[in-house]
Amino acid sequence: MISKKTKSLAEVNVGDQLEALSIPITVTLINGGAIATRDYFPGHHDKEAAQALGSPHIFMNILTTNGLVQRFVETWAGPGARFRDQKIKLGAPNYPGDTMTFTGEVVERDQATSSVVVSFKGKNSMGNHVAGTVTVVLP
Amino acid sequence: MADPKLTEQIEAFVGREYGRVYAWDRVNAPMIRQWCEIMGVDNPLYTDPAFAREAGYDDVVAPPAMLQVWCMAGLDNENYPPGSTDENSFEVLKLIEGYGYPAVVAVNTELTFERYIGLGEKLYYTSRVASISDEKTTGLGTGFFVTLSMPFYSERDGADDEPVGELLFRVFKFKPAHSGQPADKADQPKADKPVAKRPLPGVSDDSRFFWEGCEQNKLLIQRCTDCQTLRHPPAPVCIQCHSFNWDAVEASGKGQVYSFVVMHYPEVPPFDYPNPIGLIELDEGVRLIAGLVGVNREDLEIGQRVQVEFTRFDDRQTLPQFRPVAQ
Repeated sequence: MISKKTKSLAEVNVGDQLEALSIPITVTLINGGAIATRDYFPGHHDKEAAQALGSPHIFMNILTTNGLVQRFVETWAGPGARFRDQKIKLGAPNYPGDTMTFTGEVVERDQATSSVVVSFKGKNSMGNHVAGTVTVVLP
Repeated sequence: MADPKLTEQIEAFVGREYGRVYAWDRVNAPMIRQWCEIMGVDNPLYTDPAFAREAGYDDVVAPPAMLQVWCMAGLDNENYPPGSTDENSFEVLKLIEGYGYPAVVAVNTELTFERYIGLGEKLYYTSRVASISDEKTTGLGTGFFVTLSMPFYSERDGADDEPVGELLFRVFKFKPAHSGQPADKADQPKADKPVAKRPLPGVSDDSRFFWEGCEQNKLLIQRCTDCQTLRHPPAPVCIQCHSFNWDAVEASGKGQVYSFVVMHYPEVPPFDYPNPIGLIELDEGVRLIAGLVGVNREDLEIGQRVQVEFTRFDDRQTLPQFRPVAQ
């Protein structure tokens, strides 16, 4: 649950760790995420179609991954943080039954732009599903 | 080596621009709320108008990570709203495919946000082929990284349209390293998702005693029964007297870090990174390579005293690892 309070630049330091966030990967999340992001590619909602592509099950789409990344960073930064960029690298697929655990830390802090860069990983049982950086402007 | 004819044609694509793709729907509260619901995003900035006004906006705004969502085609993935281009900004992939690179995988995306987007805004994006790499070989296979830049705009009547953000989208268009694998998998769909396991060692008649020792939580070292010289890694012949006669003795498991390396990249599952690995000099005199556990990377130094411990992985193998202990 997001805190009502937004972190201020003054209270954030390079090396700060974000509280880990574990997200159970379910058929509902993959399906619902695909449709909420208007992505009707069959591999994201139709198990037989996904298997025909060589996957054991449906797999999460990139737009859902991006949504979950935003959630992870925003939960830490607070509702008043402003996202400047979100850069992700994709790795192992997210299949139902797995769990993805986000970890992250502050790797840059810039007084001039009042912004910080968070480096993060979202890891499942097969390795990193996603890794990358997010830049947020803090009050 | 890539076909020079392909390379030449690819180069002509770099910088090519494609027309507008519009959003079906103006930015709206119901799509935002439903997106927040499934993502578990509970920032009231996106759903509570009073909170958004307090934060300085006219009304709720769209979550930044939703940028790409607005301009998705929807159920029919080639059915774009009226006014949209009918060009295919990924046509270069078809060209590359024609030269024998059938597979494609999304590698990364980079979203940048100029400002947050409010209700009622009508968005569109254009596309430009930002770059195409030389032919590269990765773990997946051999092919080309193709990067598309998609700037997003908010359409305004009687004024210049306003840039609101950008999506960089990079795909790898490739010849799979293990061709035919997807088809095989399709014939026999697996019931369970694959789980990354630690690789098993290659076990020979010479080294079997060592791994069996690990299963019993014993660190066994080979010993020449003629001249008593210890040796590791296991080998058939004594390095001193060339005798073939040997047995094994249990080491104390105490030693020191003779050298070490910390693996950062590439991250290979299921290992945790940074991944410290030590060359351990046992008090008995031989050295072996093993994972280090419970170490703080900054504090790790040569000469650090360590003690072996055994951990069972994937319910199928037991490995010796070394943990720092007091001097």
